[in-house]
Amino acid sequence: MSDEILFDLKGVSKEFVKGKETITVFDGLDMSIASGDFLAIMGPSGSGKTTLLNMLGGVDQPTSGEIWFDGSRIDSLSESQLAAWRANNIGFIFQFYNLMPMLNAERNVELPMLLTRLGRSERKKNIAAALELVSLSDRAKHMPKEMSGGQQQRVAIARALVSDPKLLLCDEPTGDLDRQTANEILTMLQTLNRDYGKTILMVTHDPAAAKYAKRTLHLDKGEFVEKDLAA
Amino acid sequence: MKDLYLVFKNLTRKKMRLFLTLFATFIAFTIFGTLTAFQKAFDSGVDLAADDRLIVVNKINFTQVLPISYVNRIAAVDDVEALTHLNWFGGYYQDPRNQMGMFAVDAENFLDVYPELLVTDEERESWFGNRQGLIAGESIAKRFGWEKGDRIPVNSNIFSKRDGSTSWDFDVVAIYQGEEEQTDTSSVYFHYEYFNETQSFGGDFVGFIGLRTSDPSRNEAVITEIDDMFANSPAETETVPEKAFNKAFLEQIGNLSLILTSVVFAAFFVILVIVGNSMMLSIRERTAEIGVMKTLGFTSTRIFRMVLSESLLLALLGGVLGLLASRLLVVLVNEAPIQLPTLVVDGRVWTDALLFMIGLGFVTGIVPAVNALRLNIITALSRG
Repeated sequence: MSDEILFDLKGVSKEFVKGKETITVFDGLDMSIASGDFLAIMGPSGSGKTTLLNMLGGVDQPTSGEIWFDGSRIDSLSESQLAAWRANNIGFIFQFYNLMPMLNAERNVELPMLLTRLGRSERKKNIAAALELVSLSDRAKHMPKEMSGGQQQRVAIARALVSDPKLLLCDEPTGDLDRQTANEILTMLQTLNRDYGKTILMVTHDPAAAKYAKRTLHLDKGEFVEKDLAA
Repeated sequence: MKDLYLVFKNLTRKKMRLFLTLFATFIAFTIFGTLTAFQKAFDSGVDLAADDRLIVVNKINFTQVLPISYVNRIAAVDDVEALTHLNWFGGYYQDPRNQMGMFAVDAENFLDVYPELLVTDEERESWFGNRQGLIAGESIAKRFGWEKGDRIPVNSNIFSKRDGSTSWDFDVVAIYQGEEEQTDTSSVYFHYEYFNETQSFGGDFVGFIGLRTSDPSRNEAVITEIDDMFANSPAETETVPEKAFNKAFLEQIGNLSLILTSVVFAAFFVILVIVGNSMMLSIRERTAEIGVMKTLGFTSTRIFRMVLSESLLLALLGGVLGLLASRLLVVLVNEAPIQLPTLVVDGRVWTDALLFMIGLGFVTGIVPAVNALRLNIITALSRG
């Protein structure tokens, strides 16, 4: 992990209006994520884990405060600018894989590259490399329904990696998998962080999963309590 | 282009739904193509009518006859370039059900007034030299299997011969073609002299007179002069442009255009509901996927375009297949042994149909596309 700050949240507040009630999830949250970090965020339901993940991923915006990414402020970008920013910088891994059911594995992996100027042959090269990285080269032509949950999640990881993003955002990536498969996926994420320098932020309920991260932040009522698991 | 594959895969993901929706669109455009061909065929009598051609009929109605003496008097009117007269014969071939448009005409002048009926000079001379000769349009000749040189019996359900029979013998001297694809070639013409000398109802009357003026701008003056000439006579005339005459004739059958347009629009309304509902359902089922695509970085406008492309592609695919089917149907109808004008699915029908396809695709796709455009990522993912 380097000292270079990739994400910097300054005084971030987030409020939701539900009927006549205003719910405050965060009130002046400060947080930094260094480049090369593997951070697990845990917390009870309603603690704000997913809201934080959405704001870091640029799919939700804070009510006030600033979010800086790699030296640029992202909380004031327009919807289309955020879409481009996400395509260039973020890889998403979801709990339920969220593969396109009508596309085979390689076409699913290709999706983020449709947002680039890469030609078909270059895209194919990158797809092959990404599938190789998740050990699924032999499943390139398989449809999602023809694969196990673990294999589908590996395809999702290949999709998240293929455009070489700076940050991987993982939302309960092992929440739908059995323990053994979950461990395989988490080991893979650990390898991506350790050997390929990918910065990873993972939201999880599972303490066993959090152990694969370099550090864990516990979120409760919109505030962090940090525990260094590596220590 | 990169998105076309995604559009195609989304379109084909549920084969049965795609088939049913395509089939509905296919049926709508088959109906559209066929009925429009019918409408154009009926309208062609009006559309293809010459601007400089006038029809003179008995003022009482066009079933009443005019004295043949009118022909020479009208021919002498200024700006009348060519003139012929026609008598409805009520002819049928072999069976009373085989009715045909058959006229006794002034052969010498007939082809000058109706130059869109094409015969060779040799055939023209052959007709003029044979009093029992007739010229038949290619569609009716095809229908009855007539060929040049055939001698055929034709009966009349109106007239009888002086010997009491109702059968006339004719020599087929020419098979004429139409100048335009939709020029009527289902009629038959023969010599007035042959008719006048053999029929038993008295003689020297004509059904109506067709004439050409020197210029369409002279039509009004010619009309006034002719009708004034025979005012207060036992057989007053009504002279009208051919277009108006044909239109009035068609309107006797009913407002075909309105009937056909109503059927087409009813079909389109049903398709609109079916395809629109199918598209709405299809996009609703894909809410989470749209959320994922937006998360990956696909912009809302790009997804809007993809959804709209999907409905356009669906409409174009079903529509083109439907129109091809209507073309096939029209060929079959044209070859069937029935008395109908020539049906054509031409470039104009295709252009109209393509506009309808684009309209259908747009109308059925716009609501789901806007929904996809507005879809919030968090809401979309939470529905997954």
